[in-house]
Amino acid sequence: MAEQNSAPYVGRSLPRREDRRLLTGQGQFVADLALPRMLHAAFVRSPMAHARIRSVDLSRAATAPGVAYVLSGAELFKLLPPVPDTQLNLPNKWKAHVEHKMLAPQQPLLATDKVRHVGEAIAVIVAESRYAAEDAMELVEVDLESLPAVVDTEAALATQSAILHEQFATNLIGAFSIGKGDVDAALARAPHRLERRFYHHRYAAMPMECRGVVGVYDQRTDSATIWSSTQVVHWLRREAAAVLRLPEARIRCLALDVGGGFGVKGHVYPEDLLIPFLARAVGRPVRWIEDRHEHLLCACHSRDQIHDVAVGFDDAGRLLAFRDHFIVDCGAWNPIGAGIAYNTAAHLLGPYKVENFAADARVVTTNKVPNAPYRGAGRPEASFAMERSIDLIARVLGRDPVDVRRRNMIAGNEMPYPVGIPYRDGEPIVYDSGDFPAELEKALDTIGGLDAFRTRQCAARAEGRYLGLGLGCYVEGTGVGPFESALVRIDPSGKIYVSSGACPQGQGMETIFAQIVADAWLVEPDDVILALADTAAIPIGFGTIASRSTVTVSAAIHHASARLKTKAFAIAANLLECAVADLELRPGGIGIVGVPDRTVSLADVARASRPGWDHGRPAGIDAGLEETYYYEPPTVTWTSAVHLALVEVDIDTGRIDIERYVIAHDCGVVVNPMLVEGQIIGGAAQGLGGILLEALTYDAQGQLLTGSLMDYLLPTASDIPEIELIHQSSPSPLNPLGVKGVGEGGAIGPPAAIANAVCDALQPFGIECNATPLRPEQIVEAVKAARR
Amino acid sequence: MKPARFDYHAPESVEEAVALLGRFGGEARVLAGGQSLVPMMNFRVVAPPALIDLNRIPALAYIREEAGMVLIGAMTRQRQLEFSPVIRERLPLLAEAIGLVGHLPTRSRGTIGGSIAHADPSAEIPMVLQALEGDVVAQGMRGTRRIKAADLFRAPLTTALEADEILTEIRLPVMPVKSGYAVEEFSRRHGDFAIAAIAATVLRAGDGCATARLATSGIGPVSARLRAAEAVLERDGLGAAAIEKAAKLAAASVEPITDHNASAEFRRHLTDVLARRALLRASARAR
Amino acid sequence: MPQLVDVRMTVNGKQASGRCEPRKLLVDFLREDLGLTGTHAGCEHGICGACTIHVNGEAARSCIMFAVQADGAELLTIEGLAQNGAFHPLQEAFHEQHGLQCGFCTPGMLMAALDFLAVNPSPTEAEIREAMSSVVCRCTGYRDILRAVAAAAAKMRDTVHPVRQG
Repeated sequence: MAEQNSAPYVGRSLPRREDRRLLTGQGQFVADLALPRMLHAAFVRSPMAHARIRSVDLSRAATAPGVAYVLSGAELFKLLPPVPDTQLNLPNKWKAHVEHKMLAPQQPLLATDKVRHVGEAIAVIVAESRYAAEDAMELVEVDLESLPAVVDTEAALATQSAILHEQFATNLIGAFSIGKGDVDAALARAPHRLERRFYHHRYAAMPMECRGVVGVYDQRTDSATIWSSTQVVHWLRREAAAVLRLPEARIRCLALDVGGGFGVKGHVYPEDLLIPFLARAVGRPVRWIEDRHEHLLCACHSRDQIHDVAVGFDDAGRLLAFRDHFIVDCGAWNPIGAGIAYNTAAHLLGPYKVENFAADARVVTTNKVPNAPYRGAGRPEASFAMERSIDLIARVLGRDPVDVRRRNMIAGNEMPYPVGIPYRDGEPIVYDSGDFPAELEKALDTIGGLDAFRTRQCAARAEGRYLGLGLGCYVEGTGVGPFESALVRIDPSGKIYVSSGACPQGQGMETIFAQIVADAWLVEPDDVILALADTAAIPIGFGTIASRSTVTVSAAIHHASARLKTKAFAIAANLLECAVADLELRPGGIGIVGVPDRTVSLADVARASRPGWDHGRPAGIDAGLEETYYYEPPTVTWTSAVHLALVEVDIDTGRIDIERYVIAHDCGVVVNPMLVEGQIIGGAAQGLGGILLEALTYDAQGQLLTGSLMDYLLPTASDIPEIELIHQSSPSPLNPLGVKGVGEGGAIGPPAAIANAVCDALQPFGIECNATPLRPEQIVEAVKAARR
Repeated sequence: MKPARFDYHAPESVEEAVALLGRFGGEARVLAGGQSLVPMMNFRVVAPPALIDLNRIPALAYIREEAGMVLIGAMTRQRQLEFSPVIRERLPLLAEAIGLVGHLPTRSRGTIGGSIAHADPSAEIPMVLQALEGDVVAQGMRGTRRIKAADLFRAPLTTALEADEILTEIRLPVMPVKSGYAVEEFSRRHGDFAIAAIAATVLRAGDGCATARLATSGIGPVSARLRAAEAVLERDGLGAAAIEKAAKLAAASVEPITDHNASAEFRRHLTDVLARRALLRASARAR
Repeated sequence: MPQLVDVRMTVNGKQASGRCEPRKLLVDFLREDLGLTGTHAGCEHGICGACTIHVNGEAARSCIMFAVQADGAELLTIEGLAQNGAFHPLQEAFHEQHGLQCGFCTPGMLMAALDFLAVNPSPTEAEIREAMSSVVCRCTGYRDILRAVAAAAAKMRDTVHPVRQG
């Protein structure tokens, strides 16, 4: 089949089709839904971090004005058996290759016997308005018997610690080991050794739209509809089917416009399931819109890892051995299983050659909000540990950190590069394409070269000014399986209808998939109709997490389209009374090569494909003109970047001024450059927020000290410098378009780049920044201490 | 986070407002700009049984210059101050500080009187009132009185106002034309409350210093004057050595607080740094 | 019986009214009583700026105002920015410069930018950056928002735009 191609849409910075509704206030977010007779839910949440629930008295709340229904955990337990195993699972292939142990405590939809973090839901009130529900909340009496709060992972592992999930008799709910070579032997014989602890603190996605769920039960059809601000509609439907004891076919889950997700909306929460359950119990639509205080208090947090690293190296700075014992503070529950921790382990080696490597992880429960993926999902923590280690190695040897990286980076001509450990899909990690050293050199060239900076840095020091250069280099596995779906159908109008399991939260999927389909079918993007994030539009889907949708959906669209074209060509050949081999796809439809006026439009083909009398199909071709394809990626494809920060540190105030921030980035083939840049810069802003401003802190009693946006400091326009982007494109050989994922990467580099830059700036004081965040006060204290 | 129910009153005169406050025995809250109060009500950290809305009393918003003083009605929006030529020319210290107070949208609603009466220890406007040695007019059941800046701020979020009193006017002496002034603030982000801030105004006298006034925000439990530092400058002038000494003395004299934003020790350190910077800038400006 | 108040105001040039408790937040009144869901509540404590609208011609955060305070006022919300289906230069610029991703903060950004450009029609880059720090965006990292505001300022200096304001 031949295809004639004019200027393709893939690769163009097409402005987005999503914009019109969002710019005019016509977007529809879950909180915008107004259904007749809709009721409003509010959750009574635990004020204590760890306690036994003695009693919950809802009697006064139940009779408060406007209250329609109240429910406690104990009552819910009678109505609903516990939801079966809901933890995100890793495939058997991974389990076979990685020594591991994972326990899966099942979170009830409302706490029954115990509460395990401040903010955990104990009861729910459904009323005529959120105002009335919150009034009734004040009438609820909860009797809690306080238990010691576990707020430190190392203390949690001590024998005398209180235990969160008593049935396991331990707070160690997960562990695994992975490695290659012989790290202990290599460390022992290495000419140099360095050991450090790195701490990556707790922070979170904090999308501008909090969570929200609206549930409706239709008595007539015994079916439910659930709208949720979620990244995973099909996963939600699967669990809702278990909770509501309905077949999946009678449940529709959809996400409307979602105001940011970044991972925090990437799994199923208790509220997602309880709200539809309540809707059926009450017989009216029920909505719950999370407010910001609740969001800080119970939407999943992230990061929060301690790494104890030992690295062996030679005089030239070559990495000979890298061992990392790390602990993940997973909070009170663990919906993501080993997912984040294994991401960390799999990404530790980054773009470097290391023959001897071992990582062992412990996942530990504490009385804090559960830990779930947030943009980067374990990779920022890994990058921080390795990138700081490299800079420390450089200090020990009196070498430039840039040179140590050059010495250890995998070369461009060594790709594809097998790393020697499996990815979390169980497949051996092979960096498919990329040129890391080239990215490094491009970033350095952009700032005028390393030598010029070192000269400037030296001169500045003589004047009492402290400039620093810091690097954060990383690789990122993207486009992970298990699968993603695409249904491609030619509408009777001739337009192309595509549905998929992908769930957008602002990435511009409607635009980029329209570009991809437009190229595949030689139509205009406006002739592409997209249906995403709706289980009614496609029966099986995975969802959008882990920088996967461009890769997996583009491949699914490609394969579905290929099959559909075979059918369409057969029908066209029948209509044009020629051989299939004589035909080509062209703008306007399918026609005979070299004969412009012998063309049938896609609408003609769609009409001819219908079943019944006088159809236009040849023998052996079934009716209908749609194909569904489930793309199961062979494994992940590898994006990479070098983040370079030039900073000036004011040692009097501890303030860090970012003079320049450069990102040399490679995500393979780019569908829409403008959108890709938006993803990188948006991610980088979150990374910068993480290292400089954002922090979720608990006190010794497990009380969250950062319960409002006055305390949880989100970066504003004044806090983010101009970010310079350099693009490199190493197409992936692993999927038809050669694309790689780009959603998360920007957030991976900044913590390492900034920490390294500050340490570089303050080198005269010998200061090490091995823990995040970097607060001005710490810098001032460290300088003072160094001066004493 | 929805606020609890309250009885709403929108008096049309100060007298009516005062009577309402008196009726509720100090349990009612006054609504001025609402930029500090309403968030607290949304969190249900405060749940007053009644709210007395001052926004329907137009006579409370004005900026007037009279006999060497600038008189500002308590309900004058921060935004009006920001764009007022009178403020810019007569009270340049306030003009400089106002840009640090939140953001334009909060200044649209926030008032000068509300900020002062709320007395957040990290707010900028109380600090300016202190530095300029202004006073305020309070009206209550027993009549009207003036309260000097130095006597106004008692404790965090607590002023000398009685339960039945409303701020009606803020009075600030016009700054001498030759004044030097500066505000130096350390906050985590632009527009945030101050972790530490110093407002300084100085007036030369030949080689020396006729007056120096320094006030703080964010450092101690209330906005305060740095009198020891002021005395050094007035004695020794505005040279580098005197400024250095004054800054050190300022740091030694404060009683900084520790909270989750910063330790007392860091605030003390910042007092030194910011005082020096403010004085250097102020003295460079002073003619 | 809870106290109820009548509120009457002009919203986007049209008369609007309702009856609600005095504690009803203006953002909720707009969204629920008037069905204008374009204004979003991101924090309900006056920090994030997503709820920014115009009250009597000035940007203000509607989550920390009560509806009753807007009685008699002229309000402008995002729904009132486009005229007869035609984009305002700010909307045009945000579209061209990719100044939005998820769109949740966007109405607040546009309202804040509109007010800012009214008081400062020829801003410097630094002034735009400082002014736009009044609304938090979690998606864009701000670069494209700042470019959009600068582009809009240039467009607006070239022509006059009839947005109804108080």
